[in-house]
Amino acid sequence: MNKTADVIVIGGGIIGCAVSYFLAKRGVRVICLEGSDNIGNGGSSRNGGGVRQSGRDPRELPLVMYGIKNYWPTLSDELDIDCEYHQEGNLRLGKTEAHKKILTGLTDRARAVGLDVRMIDGDEVRAINPYLSDEVTCASWCPTDGHANPLTTTLGFYKTARRLGAHFISGERVVALKKIRGTLRQVLCASGDVFEADTVVLAAGFASRKIAETVGIDLPMQEITLEALVTEAEPPMFNQMLGTAEADFYGHQTKHGSFVFGGTSGLEGFTTDDGTPMTDSRSAPCFCRGIIKYFPNLAKAKIVRTWAGWMDLTADKVPILGTVPEVPGLVLACGFCGHGFGIAPGAASQIAQLITEGKTDVDLSDLRYDRFTAKA
Amino acid sequence: MNQVNDRNRDIGPFVPQPDDDQIICRCEEVTKGEIRRAVHDGMWTITEVRRCLRTGMGLCQGQTCAKLVKRIVAAELHIPQSELEPATSRAPMRPIEMRVFANEDGEVKTDE
Repeated sequence: MNKTADVIVIGGGIIGCAVSYFLAKRGVRVICLEGSDNIGNGGSSRNGGGVRQSGRDPRELPLVMYGIKNYWPTLSDELDIDCEYHQEGNLRLGKTEAHKKILTGLTDRARAVGLDVRMIDGDEVRAINPYLSDEVTCASWCPTDGHANPLTTTLGFYKTARRLGAHFISGERVVALKKIRGTLRQVLCASGDVFEADTVVLAAGFASRKIAETVGIDLPMQEITLEALVTEAEPPMFNQMLGTAEADFYGHQTKHGSFVFGGTSGLEGFTTDDGTPMTDSRSAPCFCRGIIKYFPNLAKAKIVRTWAGWMDLTADKVPILGTVPEVPGLVLACGFCGHGFGIAPGAASQIAQLITEGKTDVDLSDLRYDRFTAKA
Repeated sequence: MNQVNDRNRDIGPFVPQPDDDQIICRCEEVTKGEIRRAVHDGMWTITEVRRCLRTGMGLCQGQTCAKLVKRIVAAELHIPQSELEPATSRAPMRPIEMRVFANEDGEVKTDE
């Protein structure tokens, strides 16, 4: 097995697979190491599929806008797989004055960065999506948002990167990075395997924290469980991506006809697991109660599956991207905070450009690793 | 299981077979040929095949096709079936209406 490359990518999620793809496309020799048995086994395959700009922090907004403009519309062709991308807008729903205030704040901040998003009232909401209940009194509406299939998109990046010559190894868990003469050079694995490259991209979600620690870099992140569910196939109803002001549920109807909804139960961060992300029996019923209030028509839709995944939540809830001057050769691409799916093509293309050209089209300086400081 | 799995291992070319049109996953209508093709595209675990093609994601949740898919994937990879982990079983055991699930602490309403 070849263990030397130009770039080693740690993490075979959508970020790692997409970075591998964009690097391989630029003629770079890549080895991508996935710690679990399955490619795309973390949040990449467990998220709600949003390809969304609205509701995001202005610091990461330019990156996702870049990806939606340059990659998402043609991604299915590029990856030779059906990504099921729909760009038919995002409704972020509100029911109360407090919700309206949250949504108006998000909308104003996004407009300041140049995003086409506006507040609409309950009647306008129901003109766009007639299935929503009268409880909905306002929403933010972003017509260029949408959704896609996280499973096929992640595996599409993997499949295409592999065709372009990227070398993937699963079940290869990285335990440490090692500098040689002041420069990052080696990647050490639990199996005893040692890989070598000039550049190492750390895209291992929450696991990135322990790995970065081995070269003295702390990435302040927490691992928080989030859960989701899916219904049986229903007749086509709507194509928008949905969220709510309080983020109590989000989701969309898939091409298959099923509805994928994620949500929060209020117990996130306090549920138990055994080293694998576990569903809590209280969560899915709670999401169902929330969904039925917004969509009375779905009361009889049957839930066929529930699942859980981990978010790599950073201290300020935006990702960590870019180089690390103290560790020459290290490039970070982690801490996507549970909304790394939609931003992945934009973020990964910029990481690939950074490695090969030393510059990026989108300014990444707000996402630097050393931005975390204590209160003054 | 967590075994090092080099995805560059040579499994040989994809060779068409006369029964490639046979439906293996009846709920999601996935054929043997599609499953074999996915293995050659790099889907080397039952979970990856499932996420790529939806095998076992339909109403029966793989109760019918899981063994068949495993046999096909193992044959394509030239490995014993015992080396393939089954896909994760997910709650609920049977499809449940949202209004019933939502009311998990109370009586099931039978108003209609």
